[in-house]
Amino acid sequence: MNRRPVFLITCLCFGFAFFYIPILSIIVFSFNKSRLVSVWGGFSTQWYGKLFENDQIIEAAKLSLSIALVSATIATILGTMAGIALARFKRFRGRTLFSGLVTAPLIMPEIITGISSLMLFILMADWIGWPGERGFTTVTIAHITFSMTYVTTIIHARLSSTDISIEEAALDLGSRPWQVLTDITLPVIAPALLSGWLLAFTISIDDVVITNFTTGPGATTLPILIWSKVKLGVTPDINALATMIILIVGVLVVTAGIIMHRAEARRERDIQMAINANT
Amino acid sequence: MASGSAHFRLKQWFHRTGWRSTIIATPYVWLLAFFFLPFLIVLVMSLATQADVSPPFAFGAEWPYVTFDNIARLFEDSLYIRAYLISISNAAITTVICLIIGYPMALCLTRVGKTWRNIFLMLVILPFWTSFLLRVYAWIGLMGTNSWFNKGLTFLYNTLVPSGSTLTSIPMMNSNFAVILVMVYCYLPFMVLPLYANLERLDFTLNEASMDLGSRPWRVFLDITLPLSIPGIIAGGLLVFIPASGEFVIPSLVGDASDPMIGRVIGDEFTAARDWPMASTVAVALLILLVLPTMAYTHFDSKAQAAREPNP
Repeated sequence: MNRRPVFLITCLCFGFAFFYIPILSIIVFSFNKSRLVSVWGGFSTQWYGKLFENDQIIEAAKLSLSIALVSATIATILGTMAGIALARFKRFRGRTLFSGLVTAPLIMPEIITGISSLMLFILMADWIGWPGERGFTTVTIAHITFSMTYVTTIIHARLSSTDISIEEAALDLGSRPWQVLTDITLPVIAPALLSGWLLAFTISIDDVVITNFTTGPGATTLPILIWSKVKLGVTPDINALATMIILIVGVLVVTAGIIMHRAEARRERDIQMAINANT
Repeated sequence: MASGSAHFRLKQWFHRTGWRSTIIATPYVWLLAFFFLPFLIVLVMSLATQADVSPPFAFGAEWPYVTFDNIARLFEDSLYIRAYLISISNAAITTVICLIIGYPMALCLTRVGKTWRNIFLMLVILPFWTSFLLRVYAWIGLMGTNSWFNKGLTFLYNTLVPSGSTLTSIPMMNSNFAVILVMVYCYLPFMVLPLYANLERLDFTLNEASMDLGSRPWRVFLDITLPLSIPGIIAGGLLVFIPASGEFVIPSLVGDASDPMIGRVIGDEFTAARDWPMASTVAVALLILLVLPTMAYTHFDSKAQAAREPNP
């Protein structure tokens, strides 16, 4: 099309305004002097000072981070296993139930996952005496269960699109199955492993509903802290906290995007050079 | 040496069945224990009665042990039916608005140069990575009666709609309007991204041919682009509709407490009323009424699509 799609660009700008005005509003009002959340009362950085003095917020951030690190790592291991099982083992007993179990958590409303996990933990404590109290362990288990299926979806898609004949060739040439896994399959899916881990990490660190139901009195994650504060009313220090989170996430995502973009460009250039060299 | 023999037997089992079984069994057992078992508990719990013990449920002392009272209550108490209807209508309205806003955005992404496309895509994805709760929180601030946003809208309303009385502010919080607005805001990327993935693959030469033959741009859109993008519309629509219909956080924070969505009803039954059996019944009904049909639809649709696709 030689005409510029003026109407479409207008729509896109409108959409971005819708996306970013609320976020910009949070950032602007985090520097507000007034206690009132959205009435401007002059410039001040006092809420940031209050934020760093608040041990509760720092403890919650640490807990969120450690839960996310542990659960993303275990979810990546379990999810990768499930992805390999679904993509590479065409027949095994209970495969239908297994593929159902892998897709169901993706569409299950979070509130149902939350209450069902809580009932499981309470009933298990009743029957076998474990878990004694809810907190880090129960939240981590619930997060792993929820996020491993996202990892499985990513790994499954990646393995389905790669050629199985390389693995078969290695087996024919006398490699042990374990060698094939570590020398061929895992390197092939390495980018998918990274994006699966990142997705599991984000899901865990951002989760409110499932954490709300599976956590105990001693373990407050950052989203739960924000959740309980927001339910009581909006306070300006959340604006400062939100700005910090948005900035950290924004810098990380943009950096990751640029790195991935560069890697992609380099790969395309290498392929082009290889083609040129061969002709 | 019990542990020694157990260790030996485990070693023997591994030797016989090998790493293949380990790879299948580990995630399988995990999902059975922490997803399937809780799901069964919900199913069975929906047939129990609330009791003043801990945990707060009981089964009948004699045959048939279970009760269907909860299911009857689901139909007798208009609260539940109303909550289902509100959930369906809110989720449907959200999906349609997301489509109306998201479709031109996705189409625009396919029509700009590569550099701009990457930047715009990043701008669509970025809000998706920032905390979900904070995105809801941002709107709580904006919708409050004292905020610049509310004051601006009130000013617009008072100037554009001349009437005897002028408003001092627009009541937006704690209403279905607020729920839909925030759901559209949170779920819009889920609509834009699958639509973009679909529209990007479309063959643009069809549009050019049609234009060369004298079609007006909007005819090209209606006759070519729109019909070809229906799979993308369905994919995006499901990604918005399914989570929106069971949404818990948004109706709890900005919704009307006297007229709740079904996700909030489940949460309130469970925590506030401590009625585990009723919460489970409502949950099972939500799964049967909303989630199963959409699942079945995608299942059959993907099969139909596979059948339609020409064999290579």
